Amino acid sequence: MKQLIQATIAILVVSALLFYAANALSAGGGKSGKDTLTIFNWGEYIDPDLLKQFEKETGIHVIYETFDSNEAMMTKIQQGGTAYDIAVPSEYMIEKMKEEKLLVPLDKTKIPNFKNIDPYFLDLPFDDDNKYSVPYFWGTVGIVYNPKLVGNLDFSSWADLWDPSLKRKVFLVDGAREVIGMGLNSLGYSLNSLNNQELRKATDKLITLAPNVKAIIGDEITPLMVNNEATVALTWSGQAADMLSENEDLDFAVPKEGSNLWFDNMVIPKTSKNIDGAHAFINFMLKAQSGAKNADYVGYSTPNIAAMKLMDKEVVSDKRFYPSEEQRKTLEVYKNLGPDYLGKYNELFLEFKMSIR
Amino acid sequence: MQTKTSKSALFPYVLWIAFFVIAPIALVVYYSLLDIHGHFTLDNYKAFFTSVYLKMTLSSFWYAFLITFFTLLVSYPTAYFLTKTKYKQLWLLLIIIPSWINLLLKTYAFIGIFGLYGPLNAFIEVFGFDPKQMLFTDLSFVFVSVYIFIPFMILPIFNSLDRLNPALIYAARDLGASAFTTFRRVILPLTMDGVKSGIQVVFIPALSLFMITRLIAGNRVITLGTAIEQQFLVTQNWGMGSTIAVFLILFMVIVMLITGQKKDKGGRVR
Repeated sequence: MKQLIQATIAILVVSALLFYAANALSAGGGKSGKDTLTIFNWGEYIDPDLLKQFEKETGIHVIYETFDSNEAMMTKIQQGGTAYDIAVPSEYMIEKMKEEKLLVPLDKTKIPNFKNIDPYFLDLPFDDDNKYSVPYFWGTVGIVYNPKLVGNLDFSSWADLWDPSLKRKVFLVDGAREVIGMGLNSLGYSLNSLNNQELRKATDKLITLAPNVKAIIGDEITPLMVNNEATVALTWSGQAADMLSENEDLDFAVPKEGSNLWFDNMVIPKTSKNIDGAHAFINFMLKAQSGAKNADYVGYSTPNIAAMKLMDKEVVSDKRFYPSEEQRKTLEVYKNLGPDYLGKYNELFLEFKMSIR
Repeated sequence: MQTKTSKSALFPYVLWIAFFVIAPIALVVYYSLLDIHGHFTLDNYKAFFTSVYLKMTLSSFWYAFLITFFTLLVSYPTAYFLTKTKYKQLWLLLIIIPSWINLLLKTYAFIGIFGLYGPLNAFIEVFGFDPKQMLFTDLSFVFVSVYIFIPFMILPIFNSLDRLNPALIYAARDLGASAFTTFRRVILPLTMDGVKSGIQVVFIPALSLFMITRLIAGNRVITLGTAIEQQFLVTQNWGMGSTIAVFLILFMVIVMLITGQKKDKGGRVR
């Protein structure tokens, strides 16, 4: 009994110490207000030098936190434990956050550099007149492939994925909207289709792709492609850019039938305690120099025209990552499908997954 | 006096059960009756009996069965020989240690091992075989799962083998039973409890494996666990996710009943 009491006391003392230490450690990061700015962004998605530069210029202390999915980000903002001043959600999530009233409207007079953004990326259906959001990076969904391993296929059309020579060689990204969207696009339908017949046909078409599918995975595609272990993968252009920078043999194509156009955007969540600082930060990131520096570092496509002028010609004229006006016409932004059709897309995706044996 | 203290000692346990067992299950059942708009409905249960979910249930059971079978196949002999070794506690510890390492870390290690340029293929090439992509196959999935579950199967079997009175085995041999008969008629029945609890701790989690299905099997294997993850995180259809969870709980209860230990019968030599 004595031993038991001793053990219990020992555990309690250790827990108390650890609790105290954890509190002391997080106290530095927990404060927020006028002189700090808490930024909530995807991992590896900003040039850290820019944060230092911003701190120097404004005297505002930056706290930087990362998330790995839109859903996780929204949940944390909803809980409201941390006073995030800036977040970078994708476009469909902005629509949702708007509905949940989690965003603060932007004061454009405090963001003069807003004019640097390509008008093509402004006033889109997910946020009319950019009341709440400013585009940060953008991209497409396409096919990354290893030309040495696919013969003479160039993936200018989605149909190339169905080529019999690719038996058990195609990797797909684990996302219902991306995969069902590809099925819809391959038949010439809109990837926001709310037509049950079209969705049925697209799923049936995808099921005929099953023999070619090797796996449906997430970020693990990157090392597989880089190490030449995988031949063909459906993925986002940003991820493809990462792969291409590590393995020069790889190539990327956006099929001509059309594809998705996605955005990550800077917003000010309701949790913000430094709204002025947040505006200052958005304006700072939209400066031509910051935009160029950030795009160089991250490797994604920037919507900032002024920044593109400062960047390497070879990069910004690369049609694979900066598609021409004509190509852009085939691209579509995801619309919020509403819970019923989102559920339907996921059911169909599950059915497709079950067909892979 | 005695009963009074034992009753108050029961209090934390009752509280625990109420908050962490009964309340969550009640919530799961409650959510399973809601559709995506939050209205009461039985549609989720109807949807579960469509071919997609029934196929998924069958394949979950099939893989859980394969995993449990191979885990048992490896674990029983291992546990048996462990009890015969000199420093059995040390050997046991060595087998348990890998289970201290994070599951995700071990899974990622297997991605490297099974890779086209991984050590396993290098080994195969030595014998003149062509390298093969071993990731994203049923075989790799079952292999990794079996590897992960082995310690959990060995432990209960080892304990029951260790408790076995050796006099019984000597007696059986003295009375003329062959080694195999001794095993079949004496050792196995007396350690059946260990085997059953081993099967429980392997089969039940194997039914709802979800991370390995993506990392190692590349979603070629879809279990009920994967579907629950999808419904909660992607579709945010908590109702359907909960409905699948309700069925998973039911299946687990059935497995528990089948492999349950009946005090009066357990370990009797037949």
